Amino acid sequence: MIRLEARSSTPTWFNLALPVAAVFVTLVLCSGLIVLAGASVFSSYAIMATAAFGDLYSATETLVRAAPMIFTGLAVAVAFRAKFWNIGAEGQLLAGAVASCMVGGIAMPGALGMSAMAIAGAIAGGVAALVPALLRVKLKVDDVVSSLLLNSVIFFALMALIEGPWKDSLSGYPISPPIQDSAIFPVFIAGTRLHLGVLAALLMAPLIWFVISRTVLGFSIRVTGENPEAARYSGINIDRVLVLTALLSGGLAGLAGVCQVGGVHYQVMAEISPGYGYSGIVIAMLARLNPLGVVPAAIFLGAVMTGADAMSRATGVPAFLSEVIQGTALLSMLAALLFMNYRLRFQGRAA
Amino acid sequence: MSLPIIEMRAISKRFGALLANDNVSLSVAPGEILGLLGENGAGKTTLMNILFGVYISDGGSILIDGKPAQIHNSADALNHGIGMVHQHFHLAPRLTVIENLLVGTPGKNGQLDIAGAKAKLKNIERDFGLKLNPDTLVASLAVGEQQRLEIIKALFRDARLLILDEPTAVLAPPDVDGLFAALRAIAAKGLGIIFISHKLNEVRALTTRCVVLRHGRLAGEVPKPAAASARQIAELMCGHEIVPPSRPPANPGKPVLQLENISTSAHAGAGLKNVTLEVHAGEILGIAGVSGNGQKALADVISGLLNPKAGTLKINGQTVSDISPRQVQAMGLGRIPEDRLAAGLVSNMSLAHSIALPRIGQAPFSRQGLLQSGAIAEFAKDQIKEYGIQCQGPDVRTGTLSGGNLQKALLARELAFHPKVLIVSQPTRGLDVGATHFVYEKFLSLRASGCGLMVISEDLEELLTLSDRIAVLYEGEIVGLVKSENATVSRLGLLMNGAREQAA
Repeated sequence: MIRLEARSSTPTWFNLALPVAAVFVTLVLCSGLIVLAGASVFSSYAIMATAAFGDLYSATETLVRAAPMIFTGLAVAVAFRAKFWNIGAEGQLLAGAVASCMVGGIAMPGALGMSAMAIAGAIAGGVAALVPALLRVKLKVDDVVSSLLLNSVIFFALMALIEGPWKDSLSGYPISPPIQDSAIFPVFIAGTRLHLGVLAALLMAPLIWFVISRTVLGFSIRVTGENPEAARYSGINIDRVLVLTALLSGGLAGLAGVCQVGGVHYQVMAEISPGYGYSGIVIAMLARLNPLGVVPAAIFLGAVMTGADAMSRATGVPAFLSEVIQGTALLSMLAALLFMNYRLRFQGRAA
Repeated sequence: MSLPIIEMRAISKRFGALLANDNVSLSVAPGEILGLLGENGAGKTTLMNILFGVYISDGGSILIDGKPAQIHNSADALNHGIGMVHQHFHLAPRLTVIENLLVGTPGKNGQLDIAGAKAKLKNIERDFGLKLNPDTLVASLAVGEQQRLEIIKALFRDARLLILDEPTAVLAPPDVDGLFAALRAIAAKGLGIIFISHKLNEVRALTTRCVVLRHGRLAGEVPKPAAASARQIAELMCGHEIVPPSRPPANPGKPVLQLENISTSAHAGAGLKNVTLEVHAGEILGIAGVSGNGQKALADVISGLLNPKAGTLKINGQTVSDISPRQVQAMGLGRIPEDRLAAGLVSNMSLAHSIALPRIGQAPFSRQGLLQSGAIAEFAKDQIKEYGIQCQGPDVRTGTLSGGNLQKALLARELAFHPKVLIVSQPTRGLDVGATHFVYEKFLSLRASGCGLMVISEDLEELLTLSDRIAVLYEGEIVGLVKSENATVSRLGLLMNGAREQAA
């Protein structure tokens, strides 16, 4: 007989072991699908790994994929710390992409243009996140629902823009006009797409970690999430903290959009984000809401996405496996979190 | 002597490094009311959780009616006739009394056997004098009645052994008498009872025998609790001599907290109606009342959490213009909330951060918006030492501390900044004798140093021990204000139940 028993304390190594275990369980569970698709499990995963990290180019591609997800992962981690349930990183990313692309289209010197894009994208993402935050603070509207539904609103608004007034007149496709060449993010290694936004993402994680763990604002965010009653009792204005959290979270998600526009696509189209905002939720959970953990978690998902394409070409296993892995990873991690508070206890029949 | 209903033999249970129960044996005979005593962390709850199937013991055995029994979960315990009344009730408020009784019963042909249940309820009423209307919604029952329902629930499942975990903590004095009468009736029918309490006078009044746990081990047995003094039992519990707190004559100074004609909307019970009160420097004002009569509103107005509809609040002689937690704190108010983990400290954060919480935005805890981890940890270390908070250090997760240590942490946090006035709610609820003593001594030394204290408590003994004056709240009004030398439990009890004419 196996039963769950409450833990009095959780060993620190669990913080690392649980996500690793969740990823391992995910790969084991998903190997069933690979078998069903008629391929060899080990060679499929080997192809994925090679495609994701096998050479310099693959590794940079994985990082390029990971960069926007580092931003959305940070966005979700910050929001969830305050128990502001921001499921809207996808929409905030799109808002950031649109704003930065509009600003990037204005002719100005390169450095100024890139900075202006980042600021505009962050503001747009922040404003998009402000909507569910204010609805919750002022009208007690559930933030899960409002932030989630706002994703569709923003997506279709984007579509209306690029199908209508903002359609690129040169190409005639439903895409926006490109940004100025001077605003395109510089690439660090010739022949790769390793652009400025990747570096920004890698630097942003420790910065956000510092804000969350070392500043009064971060402390207020954590207390508001952990115990709003105690926060209020201690003189913290929790409504204000929630609004600030939303601005920070939305701003980070907006930067993911900036990253895609300035470093990858140089314009806005319907496919600018293959669900990077939603992946942010998986990443934040795998990272246990720790901003530093967001980086490896985002790189893992980036590798899965890059690798799944290659595996699909080589073995015929559908590339959708990448999405299955993401979903399974989230569920495995949620299940793994149970072991933070409980232990399994095995016992025989005898007394 | 008849065969014990239950016998626990050499029970041991280990949590990591902590030996929560070490070779503990006890038994309950039919008709016996066994008191189970011990300080917080002595292992009482663990032992009862083993009996009720929440935990599995690492060693030892349980015998029911002399036969070894396996109890793996609470369903097993119920089937063996063990019923438990927890401190926090496990009732469904939107269901009626009878529906709550039927929860978890098998039913008849897939239908609830309401008629059968009502008949059984009648029998329980007849046998034990426990009366409840079967069709009342549980949400509309008073706390005492909900507790009665919990007891009936256990009897309804044919329990032969009842475990009650601090059942009087939630009750007003008249309800305690009712509970005791019911428990005596149950024991008289040959059932066994295990009664867990911190209140030694109740244990002496009710139980027929007591066992005392200390640090997980059996520290001793009191064969005739009524014949033992509360002090003897307390010393057995904490393992050393206890000197009762003495309250020297008051030397009140100028008023440090004034409420003038304060009224509020309803707030977790009654709102305040035209309340006028003064607390002077060097004085302890007790606030008595049955819970829900405006205590929460009173505490929250003074703490800056609730804006009154009318009236003025003055701290240290100055009117509080903008009633907010930050403002009252800046004016010299310290607060110790009723619910230590819900409103005071943060369970999932380090102790150091919990202690620094109210002043985190100020030096030395932060500078230019950056936390000063060194200063935060240093401050916590000093407080841990000064208050003897038992923990592994400032980085320990707050939620792992015992109730007494949490209260010490809250005291440390507030007192380190020398408040002019301190408002505390239920300061010793759930605390053991040693910790209670510690809290009383701190309050009295604060009083001696010229701080004004307002103590809101449902424990009249506590108010009589600490207070210079006692005000009684009833339905949001002050119905009496008596000097504590003129106050008795019975007089306060009458006022608490609304006997206004007695107030003059």
